[in-house]
Amino acid sequence: MLAYALRRLLISVPILIASTFIVFIGGALTANPLNQLQARNPPPPPRVLELERQRLNLDEPLLERYWNWLIGLFQGDFGPSVHSNLDLGSEVIARFGVTFRLIFLAMLIALILAIIVGVISAVKQYTKLDYTFTFFGFLFLAMPSFWFAILLKEAGISFNNAVGEQVLYTIGDSSVYVAGGAWAEFTDVLGHMVLPTISLALLSFAAWSRFQRASMLEVLNSDYVRLARAKGLRRGKVMRKHALRTALIPLTTVTALDLGAIISGAVVTENVYQWRGAGSFLLESIRNDDVYAIQAWLLISATFIILFNLVADLLYGVLDPRIRYA
Amino acid sequence: MPDHTKSDIDATAPEVPETKGTGEGTTVAGPSRTEREFTVAERSQAQLVIRRFLQHRLAVGSLIVLLAVVLLAFVGGALWKYNVADITPDESQPPSWEHPFGTDAVGHDSFAQVLRGTQISLGVAVLVALIATFVGTIWGAVAGFYRGWLDTVLMRIADLVLTLPLLAVAAVLGDVAGGSWWLIAFIIGGLYWAYVSRVARGVVLSLREKEFIEASKALGASDLRIIFKHLVPNALGSVIVNATILVAIAILIETALSYLGFGVRPPDTSLGLLVSDNQTAVSTRPWLFYFPGLFIIIIALTINFIGDGLRDAFDPQQKKVRA
Repeated sequence: MLAYALRRLLISVPILIASTFIVFIGGALTANPLNQLQARNPPPPPRVLELERQRLNLDEPLLERYWNWLIGLFQGDFGPSVHSNLDLGSEVIARFGVTFRLIFLAMLIALILAIIVGVISAVKQYTKLDYTFTFFGFLFLAMPSFWFAILLKEAGISFNNAVGEQVLYTIGDSSVYVAGGAWAEFTDVLGHMVLPTISLALLSFAAWSRFQRASMLEVLNSDYVRLARAKGLRRGKVMRKHALRTALIPLTTVTALDLGAIISGAVVTENVYQWRGAGSFLLESIRNDDVYAIQAWLLISATFIILFNLVADLLYGVLDPRIRYA
Repeated sequence: MPDHTKSDIDATAPEVPETKGTGEGTTVAGPSRTEREFTVAERSQAQLVIRRFLQHRLAVGSLIVLLAVVLLAFVGGALWKYNVADITPDESQPPSWEHPFGTDAVGHDSFAQVLRGTQISLGVAVLVALIATFVGTIWGAVAGFYRGWLDTVLMRIADLVLTLPLLAVAAVLGDVAGGSWWLIAFIIGGLYWAYVSRVARGVVLSLREKEFIEASKALGASDLRIIFKHLVPNALGSVIVNATILVAIAILIETALSYLGFGVRPPDTSLGLLVSDNQTAVSTRPWLFYFPGLFIIIIALTINFIGDGLRDAFDPQQKKVRA
């Protein structure tokens, strides 16, 4: 098991490096970080442009630039940003901190709801309840996340108006200044998180609940569950110990595979609620042709996706005794 | 999916009157010696699939709705009295007979805009599905069929693409590409094939272990014969189902990309761009915001239902509907 984990981790490193290489070359060939400076009116003196070119390492050959970036990375240096006084490393980590708060809470809620709804749907197959869940599942699957997020934001605003107090925040990830200590700060952050979390969670919930339903149905129709009932075990016990446990296993893989889509979803959700998280960081960087910033963003999200998939694979082995990693 | 081409026998078709008992009926005299107790009609797999699909009411209904939307967008869009760029004297009008979906603050007819957006979004989605399915299926099938080092190399490349969040990379590329709809389709399709290749590889991996493949190998069939006679017909079902559902996924990706400002850009429009342009108008001029979103939902929803119906129709284990 440990050997397998280590081997997987070792295989992941070249994949990660290859992926940064492709992104780096692609970024360097398509984006021009000097764009904004050159577009200025009146145009900056050639000396300034030249200095900026040197600061952004644009005078180095492409491969050398990549190599230096890679070496710098091991020393915690993510490379120069187009904003000369911005430290990319601390900025990108701070921004991802905000986003991961959103992502993990949304995933947790989506998972719990998906399991509950999926299992109920499977146990009560072809009842009114099942049809209702199925209908909403399909509806949310077809709903564009940004459209739903905007609607939810509107609903939040009218809810606030109805209550006459700002309960749900619709703009930003936290207030600039909160009086009243740590508890007040915590509730402030929580108030900002409610609507974006619901928006993001709904996206995965729809797909996962459908998946959980199918997986639970398959287990319920299997021979060993029928045997467990036949030998006289109580229905509740069969459901919990025999059916549900087995039916949860495939969901781990799906959850891990969907992380990329959830990060993408978070970019959209943050955009709707105007969070200053990793999503807005990425979009700003793209607009500014800030190649090192884009590179840093993709590196961190790719690392998380790879690690998450590794954890899911290992967890799969722990949960399913039929799988043995040699 | 077992190979059951031309082997499905319809045993429930026209009943032949019972001929037992009286003695006269037992000896069938006459010219037609081929007359049998059951009328056996031979049906191709395609016929079976179509018959099964037609019995799936939700799927057929969805297909009709989707066709109506497509007709409305492409034929209706061309016939409608206003063009996307037309500026009418009516500003911020709620829906009426003159403007079914109302108008925006400048006086653009929202109906014309939504139809144009539907054309573009559907075009992108279908092209994405075609590109991703074509590349991904061949990629995954080759990896699954030949195994060995080729499998390792091909799937590692696919893994590489899968480590990057699709929307983020598409946004980076979309920023450079400059907003023409087919370039956006190539970008999304060029990233999504990796997902398709994984599915295709799985299908081929399970098929190649099946007995009928082993049998044809033992009979000395060449690789090409096995691929085209056995693998392709049997994998076709899952490929078609996945490609259908991919259209729904692609329309959601494209609209999200356009919403962020890195997809289709003005002067052209897409359903995502329309939502983005009108997101501040939810409470003041809601019709501008609701209709584009509604069209996205209708398209994605009907395609998902059609995909579901197709999956059941292609499933040889399907017993509920015996066509």
